[in-house]
Amino acid sequence: MRLDLVPRPHRSPLAEALAPALAFLAAVLVGGVAVSLLGVSPAAAFVVYFVAPLSELWSLQEVAVKAAPLALIATGLAFCYRANLWNIGAEGQFVVGGLAGGMVAIATHGSTGFTLWILPAMLAAGTLAGIAYAMIPALLRVRLGVSEILTSLMLVYVAELLLDYMARGPLRDPAGYNFPQSVAFDEAARLPALMEGDALHAGVLVALAAVGLGAVVLGRSLFGFEMRLVGASPRAARFAGFSAERLTLLAFAISGGAAGLAGIVEVAGRIGQLQPSISPGYGFTAIIVAFLGRLSPVGILVAAFVIAVTTIGGEAAQIDLRLPLDLTRAFQGLLLGLVLGADVLTRFRLRLVAGTAR
Amino acid sequence: MSPDVIAMVAATVLAAATPLIIAGLGELVAERAGVLNLGVEGMMVCGAAVGFAAAVESGSTLVGALAGIGAGVALAAAFGLLTVGLAANQVASGLALTILGLGLSGLAGARYVGLKRDPAPHLAIPGLTDLPVVGPLVFGQDGFVYAGLALAMGVSWFLWRTRTGLVLRAIGDDPAATHSLGLPVRAARFLAVLFGGACAGLAGAYLSLAYTPFWAPAMTAGRGWIALALVVFASWRPGRVVAGAVLFGGATVLQLHAQALGIGLPGQVLSAVPYLATILALILLSLARRQGGSLAPAALGRDFTPHR
Repeated sequence: MRLDLVPRPHRSPLAEALAPALAFLAAVLVGGVAVSLLGVSPAAAFVVYFVAPLSELWSLQEVAVKAAPLALIATGLAFCYRANLWNIGAEGQFVVGGLAGGMVAIATHGSTGFTLWILPAMLAAGTLAGIAYAMIPALLRVRLGVSEILTSLMLVYVAELLLDYMARGPLRDPAGYNFPQSVAFDEAARLPALMEGDALHAGVLVALAAVGLGAVVLGRSLFGFEMRLVGASPRAARFAGFSAERLTLLAFAISGGAAGLAGIVEVAGRIGQLQPSISPGYGFTAIIVAFLGRLSPVGILVAAFVIAVTTIGGEAAQIDLRLPLDLTRAFQGLLLGLVLGADVLTRFRLRLVAGTAR
Repeated sequence: MSPDVIAMVAATVLAAATPLIIAGLGELVAERAGVLNLGVEGMMVCGAAVGFAAAVESGSTLVGALAGIGAGVALAAAFGLLTVGLAANQVASGLALTILGLGLSGLAGARYVGLKRDPAPHLAIPGLTDLPVVGPLVFGQDGFVYAGLALAMGVSWFLWRTRTGLVLRAIGDDPAATHSLGLPVRAARFLAVLFGGACAGLAGAYLSLAYTPFWAPAMTAGRGWIALALVVFASWRPGRVVAGAVLFGGATVLQLHAQALGIGLPGQVLSAVPYLATILALILLSLARRQGGSLAPAALGRDFTPHR
């Protein structure tokens, strides 16, 4: 018995939209089995994971605040992945962005008078730091041919250690009773809340705007076309005279900048100070979001929402049902695997053939 | 330094190098067949969790090691099904495997956090092990260390001295040509992926059964990724994987000693050493290879679907 993959002559948009949905359904079913193995009713777990986060205003706000950085990072990553460039260090670029922007807030702490420039300066510093940090693997790849996969990942660990050092050392609040955190940012260095006293902050709008911009650039501009062509057919791109070097650097700059911006949005929005750790793994989760959204900004927006719901649900399940947080992580890994598998089925038809494996 | 101290340091370096050797060799075989499996970290951490759990339940280190191998193989089979069977993107599937593995290991190991067991027994041959300096170093290691070194020799022999090894390397360089010769491309790739998973699982089991020896969440701390870098650094040659792993092991031990001695550097800088060393090693390697062209298997990371 042998499994053959027969290329489909036409791509069907319906199948391409259905594939991630089916993968999601399959992952939910497997998750249900896992939950019942852990001794919890799957129905109860389903409500906690997928229904409860959508049923109240405060939890919907939490979902939006979680989905924003995911969508922002994933949109940047889509540029890279479309061009077959593997920046898997968005987590590091996120951390460096948060650190650089946070340092602006700490340096201007307590300043009076005209303070309106502080917040834009923070956002700019975060974005630029993310770009600069992403340039390390990009330049190493372009100039020396070093695999960007490994260098970008190694730099995640370095960035986390750097933030840990800065938050415990030079940037620690001297009046903070030795707690490893910086001063709480001034009002002028915080992204304002959209509703008084609630979690939803202006960073969600920043992220939405950036995703919209990404959608236009990737889908409607010559640059976006070059990016997609390089990934889909490097040979054709070479004949068209597109410079792979330039596209590599730009793709990394976009994804690094988006991750850095997401980092400072998280720090200036939700956290409001620098801590030894500022990310629950957004940079890695965003990779799942990018693929779940089929590397298109609109799809990514939907995927970020879905993943954010399961993350909030996972936190609630940990408290309400004593289900471990690792279950959420395993679920997300499984989901990514199933999405990738389902993706193949949109490109090929499976055929079982008698005979030996080839 | 006295000879005894040197022997002791050498033994710790070897111990730190062993997981990298084992996991690196497994990945080397998979990559020689043309499959890039970025999920080493995930398979390794699952091997550590499942291996430790099985060892605690059964009271046997051997059962633990076998269970670790089994966990690695199971995850690798899922990866192989996706990438070899369904021709899914190898990079993305590998990342999925890492995320899945980290989650599953947390689930499998949850009940075993904080438990301790005796480290895997060390070899003791009366007379030989008691020899000064050389004795403990050569004849006093645990089984994993010997297994790692034997594996290096076995893989080297297999890849360059057997016909099957030749076929495997040919598949990694040109699957279409090998396929047209009637050789089983996808079956060979799948088996190579399984072998990689077995090695990663064993390397993980070594960490939780002999090296630390306890289970802690995410205890692999990036070793799977370093093993991946090591394969590149070794230009896909088993002997150089061992040499590179010893270098990395040395850097790790140096960092621990520097931390213990309280050198005037912050701990975070020292902790970053292995990761920075990995980047540096990759840069140096590519500088040295500027003229020679790439040594990577030509079809590394490319899926293969036979069309007829």
